[in-house]
Amino acid sequence: MTATDERPAEQAHEIGTSRTRKEDQHLITGHSTWVDNMVLPGMVHLAILRSPMAHAKITSIDASGARKYPGVVAAFTGADFADTQGNLPCAWPVTPDMVNPGAPSLAVEQVNFAGDAVAVVAARTKAEAVDALESIEVEYDPLPPVLDLEAALADGSTLVHPNTTSNKCYTWVFDSADAGSGASMDDARRDAEVTVTRRFIQQRLSPSYMEPRSTLVQPVDQGVTIWSSTQIPHILRTMLALTLGIPEHKVRAIAPDVGGGFGGKITITPEEVITTLVARRLGKPAKYTETRSETLEAAHHGRAQIQDITITAKQDGTVTGLDVHLTADLGAYLRLITPGIPLLGAFMYPGIYKFPAYHLSCDGVFTTKVPTDAYRGAGRPEATFAIERIMDELAAELKMDPLALRRKNWIAHEEFPFTTVAGLTYDTGNYEAATDKAVELVGWEDLRAEQARRREAKDPVQLGLGVSTFTEMCGIAPSRVLGSLSFGSGGWENASIRMLPTGKVEVVTGISPHGQGHETGFSQIVADRLGIPFDDIEIIHGDTQSSPKGLDTYGSRSLSVGGIAVVKAVDKVIEKARRVAAHMLEASQDDLEFEAGSFSVKGAPGSSVSLPEIAFAVFVAHDLPDGMEPSLNSEATYDPVNFSFPHGTHLCATEVDTETGRVKILKYACVDDVGTPINPLLIDGQVHGGLAQGIAQALYEEAVYDDAGNLVTGTFVDYTLPAAPDLPNFLTDRTVTPSTDNPLGVKGVGEAGTIASTPAVVNAIVDALRPLGINNIQMPCTPERVWRAIQSSGANDQGSAAASTQEHFDSTEGDAQ
Amino acid sequence: MTRISVQVDGDHYTDEVEPRTLLVHYLRERIGKTGTVVGCDTSNCGACTVLLDGKSVKSCNMLAVQADGHEVTTVEGLAIDGTLHPMQQAFHDKHALQCGYCTPGMIMASIDLLNDNPHPSEDEIRVGLEGNLCRCTGYQNIVKAVQQAAGSEQS
Repeated sequence: MTATDERPAEQAHEIGTSRTRKEDQHLITGHSTWVDNMVLPGMVHLAILRSPMAHAKITSIDASGARKYPGVVAAFTGADFADTQGNLPCAWPVTPDMVNPGAPSLAVEQVNFAGDAVAVVAARTKAEAVDALESIEVEYDPLPPVLDLEAALADGSTLVHPNTTSNKCYTWVFDSADAGSGASMDDARRDAEVTVTRRFIQQRLSPSYMEPRSTLVQPVDQGVTIWSSTQIPHILRTMLALTLGIPEHKVRAIAPDVGGGFGGKITITPEEVITTLVARRLGKPAKYTETRSETLEAAHHGRAQIQDITITAKQDGTVTGLDVHLTADLGAYLRLITPGIPLLGAFMYPGIYKFPAYHLSCDGVFTTKVPTDAYRGAGRPEATFAIERIMDELAAELKMDPLALRRKNWIAHEEFPFTTVAGLTYDTGNYEAATDKAVELVGWEDLRAEQARRREAKDPVQLGLGVSTFTEMCGIAPSRVLGSLSFGSGGWENASIRMLPTGKVEVVTGISPHGQGHETGFSQIVADRLGIPFDDIEIIHGDTQSSPKGLDTYGSRSLSVGGIAVVKAVDKVIEKARRVAAHMLEASQDDLEFEAGSFSVKGAPGSSVSLPEIAFAVFVAHDLPDGMEPSLNSEATYDPVNFSFPHGTHLCATEVDTETGRVKILKYACVDDVGTPINPLLIDGQVHGGLAQGIAQALYEEAVYDDAGNLVTGTFVDYTLPAAPDLPNFLTDRTVTPSTDNPLGVKGVGEAGTIASTPAVVNAIVDALRPLGINNIQMPCTPERVWRAIQSSGANDQGSAAASTQEHFDSTEGDAQ
Repeated sequence: MTRISVQVDGDHYTDEVEPRTLLVHYLRERIGKTGTVVGCDTSNCGACTVLLDGKSVKSCNMLAVQADGHEVTTVEGLAIDGTLHPMQQAFHDKHALQCGYCTPGMIMASIDLLNDNPHPSEDEIRVGLEGNLCRCTGYQNIVKAVQQAAGSEQS
């Protein structure tokens, strides 16, 4: 076989080019493989009966009526699976004394949130299964709901779980003096020239991936094949085996096309377990697909914290200490990493600033609401919000420009690598460059002038400018660090390369994409490194049979961990090929150079052999070096040496109508530094989507419970996902400060937009209203809340008109408590 | 059961359906048009959008029997002989999809938008698509894709 390299020269440089995606074709033509599309012979459809009460004893339950309904194959209650269902796994016991009261998939004796599953019907069609739910009789003995976080911690509170003595799950503490990473916060408080304290509320949010979760389970001999709309097929396999006692090697987990996740699909769900139990009990394939209402009421939420923040500083603006107390709403049960979500932010409260002292404590609290777990950013949006909001509050207290205060305190580019007061070592960054570029991009000075003009003119529509200069920790994560935090897993990632006889390449990865574009990005990396055309590379993922080893996709880890594993595996292929090339060219390996997919002898032009030629020679194996195994295939498992620290500066200009409370984003500009860009088109896409979700937290979204513990935002009518007119056209740009912790120089990008944007928007709103004495608005900053804040400030003294308007609003506001 | 005859993506189908069957369920479960998906149960998200006699409808928001005698076009019926519809091509070119779940509905709604208004402004595009939710893209590249398909792309 003779293969010639016919690639155009420019294809030698895939990295950095805006390749359109190889993933798109089947998605734009409707040939997708969502789990709910799948039908297997004999398959039953499941419908789940859910508790209408937030907190109650189940005094009786009878599903026998369902079995009389047309098409119904079986109906089960918690009692039917009490001995086999086990408890849903929690992989992060954050403290040795953390309380885990257990989490049955189907409630047996007690329900602990409205939406808790109590029974399941299997029928020949989904409609028949749903019809039969009405026949299941359940009697509940109501218990008081536990909704307010601080009341839940008070002595004498109703306990969510009868097998506990308190609603407190854990208290986790970090103290820089104890850790040896900084000074004492007590000293900082004592010596403070300026102290600013604020309480911020992180409202509950629904991740709201567009594809409702769906699971299909096929019993296979002693095991199962499970297709699930999950971000974590590998973890699902292991955890399902551990939870249900199925031998791990008898479980095959597949994540086909998955319609978004955003952290919402990185848990082991009750529905996955229930579907598995029913399929195995009946010996038939079973499929469960949730409705959107079920997503909102029963799939985990994110955020949900009270943040009490104190910052200390000198009069000149030098920050001296940061004290954080979190009260985290864990909801009714511990899901896979529920207790650890606040901890993923705990190291990021100091942000990009040089704090000498830092203290954080976090109380995790059980409530009778749906459990919380990861949502895009997972702890880090909360941390970034708190630090970037409190920096603006400190600036206001000191009458300093918010950007000047930040410049005074941030880590200068020449100070990297820098170990923060939280003990993290940031490898690289250039906050000055990103900020300067963002200021230019948004037209900061012109906006300030316009703001002054409107203030002078007492324009009813005021202008506010908000800053967020953020960094975050992602690329989860060095296994050793995860171990020190008691996380139940490592943070490595696996990849293998299969060289096919015709020179095509299969790349098997343990990450599990669901919209990010990894097939395109990874193909670009491999194309450059192996010198193989982009289109000759296939990325294989999402099936534990074809991709047997991996830790999946979350925490912006896919490129900075999974991509590096691919690089390591590629390099092993090249080294194996080098030995064959030397043999074929009758040269010493040391005399060979590898470039653009071919080995050649240094200084001897014309003598070269291409990788496809080598692949074929290895395939036939007729003439290989003595003792060489006839394979170029290689595998690598890469454990990152550090987290990834992308950063950037986000600037937002909002109009605030002081008469109606309406907020409109006039301009949003961000400059993100995610290290070496692999594909700018994909980076921009990640940033855009991240911004939309972060802005939505600031302005639109909140999962609200009423006083009885019922979710009142149980549909997309009530839960305000932004639509196209609700968002501005984003101005995006980049600076490039390569990471020094990995060979590609890349940093994570998946969560950055969400982490950075929320405080930029709220800072802008508060900036517009600060002359009225307003220093906070609770999120989401709806027109009602902004209007109320303005009324309370007394700025719009319109006498009885305002008072009479006020009466038309409900006196209670939903909040995260 | 009620007998209906519909034309879907150029093919004729005659089926007995329960009167309560939603068009989207008919498309997905009876005739295998799984390119059209369900994203909510309150007709907010638009993931199930198809064209009925050339006009966009949310197929979760009408009954299959209401489609009797009508012509339905789904995302699966857009490409002709392997050539993508200009709107499909534009979504690809502009990276207007990530997970792709909203994409079929978004493409169908965008086609209808341009049928009504061949040269929309950015604001008109955004307002025109407000019945279709996307969680991945922040809509920016969807707007660009519609602009490309309309031939009104800003450089």
